[in-house]
Amino acid sequence: MVVQKGTERVKRGMAEMQKGGVIMDVVNAEQAKIAEEAGATAVMALERVPSDIRKAGGVARMADPTIVEQVQNAVSIPVMAKARIGHIVEARVLEAMKVDYIDESEVLTPADDVFHIDKKAFTVPFVCGCRDLGEAARRIGEGAAMLRTKGEPGTGNIVEAVRHMRLVNSQVRKVVAMAPDELMVFAKELGAPYEILLQIREAGRLPVVNFAAGGVATPADAALMMELGADGVFVGSGIFKSENPAKFARSIVEATTYYQDYERIVELSKGLGTPMKGIDMSKLEPAERMQDRGI
Amino acid sequence: MSVKIGVLALQGAVSEHVHSLEVSGAETALVKNARDLDGLDGLVLPGGESTMMRRIMDRYDLFEAVKNFAEQKPVFGTCAGLILMAKQIEGRRGPHLALLDIDVKRNAFGRQVDSFEADLEIKGISETYIGVFIRAPYIKSAAENVDVLATCEGHIVACRQGRFLACAFHPELTDDPAMHRYFVRMVEEYH
Repeated sequence: MVVQKGTERVKRGMAEMQKGGVIMDVVNAEQAKIAEEAGATAVMALERVPSDIRKAGGVARMADPTIVEQVQNAVSIPVMAKARIGHIVEARVLEAMKVDYIDESEVLTPADDVFHIDKKAFTVPFVCGCRDLGEAARRIGEGAAMLRTKGEPGTGNIVEAVRHMRLVNSQVRKVVAMAPDELMVFAKELGAPYEILLQIREAGRLPVVNFAAGGVATPADAALMMELGADGVFVGSGIFKSENPAKFARSIVEATTYYQDYERIVELSKGLGTPMKGIDMSKLEPAERMQDRGI
Repeated sequence: MSVKIGVLALQGAVSEHVHSLEVSGAETALVKNARDLDGLDGLVLPGGESTMMRRIMDRYDLFEAVKNFAEQKPVFGTCAGLILMAKQIEGRRGPHLALLDIDVKRNAFGRQVDSFEADLEIKGISETYIGVFIRAPYIKSAAENVDVLATCEGHIVACRQGRFLACAFHPELTDDPAMHRYFVRMVEEYH
């Protein structure tokens, strides 16, 4: 019997199993259990949620392995963790810890301001952020098995997530409708690998799952991203920075599954308490914009 | 007339199952609410996260509806779906739908880095089938009335018991419709 690990199908397939689900940021075992209990399809183990990373300033790095291990021991759903962009060794460490997915993430301070990790060289699959199809296709070219639109992490403001999801999907539609001879020039404009665009054109869709991230703060936000074509939702600060995390988590999970059932979203949105306090985009200095890292 | 098969659409690899079923000649429908089961001839429980699916099913009376549906109609579970169908789950107090006389172990082959593809022989279905195993469970033991269809590294990974079919791998992630075609035939027999 021939057995192969770490194949493209196995890496991308793992993300397919997450579709329609919510992946929640957690910083300890207790939060991980709340997330699992609420119906999260995976958790992202990290040292601080993005809004606290903003507040703390300084260099944000991979989480202490102890935190990741505690989360792994606390839940049976998949555990993801973040490595700095281009930090090959943080990624290898997370792989050695057998995390289920690595997020090469702009939420952490980039370790390499030019290159991303060669993700094809790993057995563990990677998810990467994107703001447009150029970034998406470059990350797929490097071996990302899952994408998420970047949004603006830790702001509780959905506007950037919406912008990025709309742009990626409109560019996918453009590629699908393009004549073959137009594709090379579009690849040049986007800075995208031509072969990846060709695959998108033939399949009529991105070759990997694309979740929404960066700014989801309410059940209606999560449903909005599904409406705009997200395959699922990452929620960072939105849950554990709200007044009632367990209830918020449950409501966001259900609003993601039943995103077009508006009567249900009415019920899910009632009496949730205060969501995380948001940040207006105009109040962010250019250096504070995480989305501009690693493009 | 073709049979109509529902896919439980709370979360997971739903569109892939819909595609494979349609390629195999069935009509399809998404099942998110109890009323969506009306008029269906069979049901697929897809891969995804079984704990999440169970929680949502419990909150909206979908659990009893699916259980009642399974009393008369064929059900096919893949990976998480297999766990939902088992009568015994290692490390868990009670079962979910308890349809199959099998004892399963979740994430039995390890975490994602241990996920794999393997060539399988599936009794009466295919002699060369690629099984895609993702954080997959396996069947530790099966009652005598359960027909073992495939094994991998000595573990049972596919079985049938009457109108119930289940596998630990993901037929919906391959282009080979053999498993889905087999289930569509099962549904036609019970139609």
